[in-house]
Amino acid sequence: MKPHTLSILVENRAGVLSRVTGLFSRRGFNIESLAVGTCEEPGMSRITIVCIGDDAQIEQVMKQLNKLIDIIKVSDLTDNERVERELAMIKVNADSGTSRSEIMQIAQIFRAQIIDMGTKTLVLQITGNTEKIDALETLLRQYGVKELVRTGKIGMLRGSKTVKSGK
Amino acid sequence: MKTGAKLLIEGLQREGVETIFGYPGGVVLPIYDELYDSPLRHILVRHEQAAAHAADGYARASGRVGVCLATSGPGACNLVTGIATAYMDSIPIVAITGQVPTSLLGNDAFQESDITGITMPVTKHNYLVKKAYDIPRILQEAFYIAGTGRPGPVLIDIPKDVSTGTVETDPPRVETVSLRGYQPTYKGHQRQIDRAVELLTLAERPLIYAGGGVILSNASEELVRFAEQMMIPITTTLMGLGAVPGDHPLNLGMLGMHGTEYANYAVTECDLLIAVGVRFDDRVTGKLDTFAPHAKIIHIDIDPAEIGKNKKVDVPIVGDVRNILGELIQKLQKTGHYQTWHEKIKGWKKKHPLRYKDDGKLRPQYIIQQLSALLEEDDIIVSEVGQNQMWTAQYYCFRKPRTWITSGGLGTMGYGLPASMGVHYARPDKTVFDIAGDGSIQMNIQELGTIAQYKIPVKIAILNNQYLGMVRQWQELFYDRRYSFTELPAVDFVKIAQAYGIDGIRVESRDEVQSALKTAINTPGPFMLDFRIEREENVYPIVPPGAANNEMIGGNNS
Repeated sequence: MKPHTLSILVENRAGVLSRVTGLFSRRGFNIESLAVGTCEEPGMSRITIVCIGDDAQIEQVMKQLNKLIDIIKVSDLTDNERVERELAMIKVNADSGTSRSEIMQIAQIFRAQIIDMGTKTLVLQITGNTEKIDALETLLRQYGVKELVRTGKIGMLRGSKTVKSGK
Repeated sequence: MKTGAKLLIEGLQREGVETIFGYPGGVVLPIYDELYDSPLRHILVRHEQAAAHAADGYARASGRVGVCLATSGPGACNLVTGIATAYMDSIPIVAITGQVPTSLLGNDAFQESDITGITMPVTKHNYLVKKAYDIPRILQEAFYIAGTGRPGPVLIDIPKDVSTGTVETDPPRVETVSLRGYQPTYKGHQRQIDRAVELLTLAERPLIYAGGGVILSNASEELVRFAEQMMIPITTTLMGLGAVPGDHPLNLGMLGMHGTEYANYAVTECDLLIAVGVRFDDRVTGKLDTFAPHAKIIHIDIDPAEIGKNKKVDVPIVGDVRNILGELIQKLQKTGHYQTWHEKIKGWKKKHPLRYKDDGKLRPQYIIQQLSALLEEDDIIVSEVGQNQMWTAQYYCFRKPRTWITSGGLGTMGYGLPASMGVHYARPDKTVFDIAGDGSIQMNIQELGTIAQYKIPVKIAILNNQYLGMVRQWQELFYDRRYSFTELPAVDFVKIAQAYGIDGIRVESRDEVQSALKTAINTPGPFMLDFRIEREENVYPIVPPGAANNEMIGGNNS
């Protein structure tokens, strides 16, 4: 059992996301994260789903996804050379002078950006892999994390290989 | 200028549709108005569920796509059980539903239901049409998707303003549909086929396990030729009955929960299992670890997702069953006849035949055997679900594909009567029998109205035990005879039939069976037979749920 990153190329049509998520829920597969948006091909979208399962379960997920008419291509990026990123925004308590400067130092070390500064809070934006975001969150927790939002992971193969149409 | 409704009716005709089953309502009025003077035959059912089952029965008997039509909201929702039934058995139907006008969509309008959302898990694909111009394309795609690859139901939801909407000129029609997200595999992978040939040459105790996929791909001839060439015994699933003649010497009958003992022993002892158009359903395998425990497995199926879903296989071959069997036949040399293996099976057949108490009482197995002897090989048997279905599966000798119409995967009580109406329109020259129980017949008994109205010559044989028999049997065997809500009061079915203008006979003794069946067959038009059978007759053998297939019980009640 390990997390798998699936890159799914779909027709950009109404209902396609619910076809995909509906399939996960009714067949009992869990979604760890999900990110979706338009892509380089007109009329198509790309969904990145992270899900946890053993090899047989992941194989079954992919085969079932492939059966959906609106799905053009499903690839498991997991065992390939790939780049993966996730973005998170973290709103953290920062009312005293000391915590405020400590947080800004932490942000610098993590190459996070401060994208909003209020009288009592800071909002940090961080991009990276899941572990990096988790680490930052852990560090910030001592100051009080008021809100955290993550985009879900997106990924791509390294080099010239792509996840293109053609089942 | 043409309306969407007109485009729809024209499109149906272009797809070769002759008969549709439906029920009108508010938002399909424009479509019904077009139907009024179209050459399409429309059969008015009494409940939308029946329209879906009739379309499904039509598809199973003919091999073509069945069509049903219903209004929005309750009409569409009533189709769902029928659509799910077709989905589970991979039956090609196109269900057309009306929808509230696009301007009201999502507003909880009168008779609005999100039928594309509701049917997403039970359709191969579905569409919500947004403009009249799209109707011909979507219809063409729907028939293509329903009928190709692994077949299945497709639903098209048409808002009222789309069926009244107009186009100035006909939208262009493509010669062949091509969808980038849908490219079924028909041809088997050469290397896998070669590996299968290798295993087949090495096997000493091979067994074919054939299912509904053989019927769907019209591969019965190839299957029999393949089996005969290699002298390999065959067992079929419930859905595969008729793929091989029931009286063929290589046929071991059905396997699984209510399979023959010898079929289940053969699966347990075989060293090579050739699974053809099957999906290793739990009713077939019993406890998975003990299913074909000594066998290498070759799995041939058009749906890659079925391969390895329940059971790990050694040689997967994705493609059309008929193509692949054809290739195997060509590549295989006639080899050994597995003498010892056949001897062993012969021994089992002799020692453990299908049997029931033949004591002069009116037992259902006897009725089925008599019917089997009376009907022609291409007459068609439809069943409901439960004991009636299993007795028929065990004791009727199906000799041809598409002569056995039953709800396997979903096990839908109430399927048989409406399905038999569809079967009649697919094969109007054949005798069609619906074998029913007194429980399941009452789930769609309103269709006697349809049958009477159109004089559909369906023969209904109710195996009436005044119980929900299969559930009662489980209560007897596994719940200490606590018959919780399974007893049904006696119903005078003949009188019900007569109220609709349909003739019938009640049969209470074994001596009357033959003449009653003959009367039903020889009376033109529909006919009802109410057989008052032994009330606590059980279906044997039975593999208890979760047990291994060779742990059948009740096999010895002779």
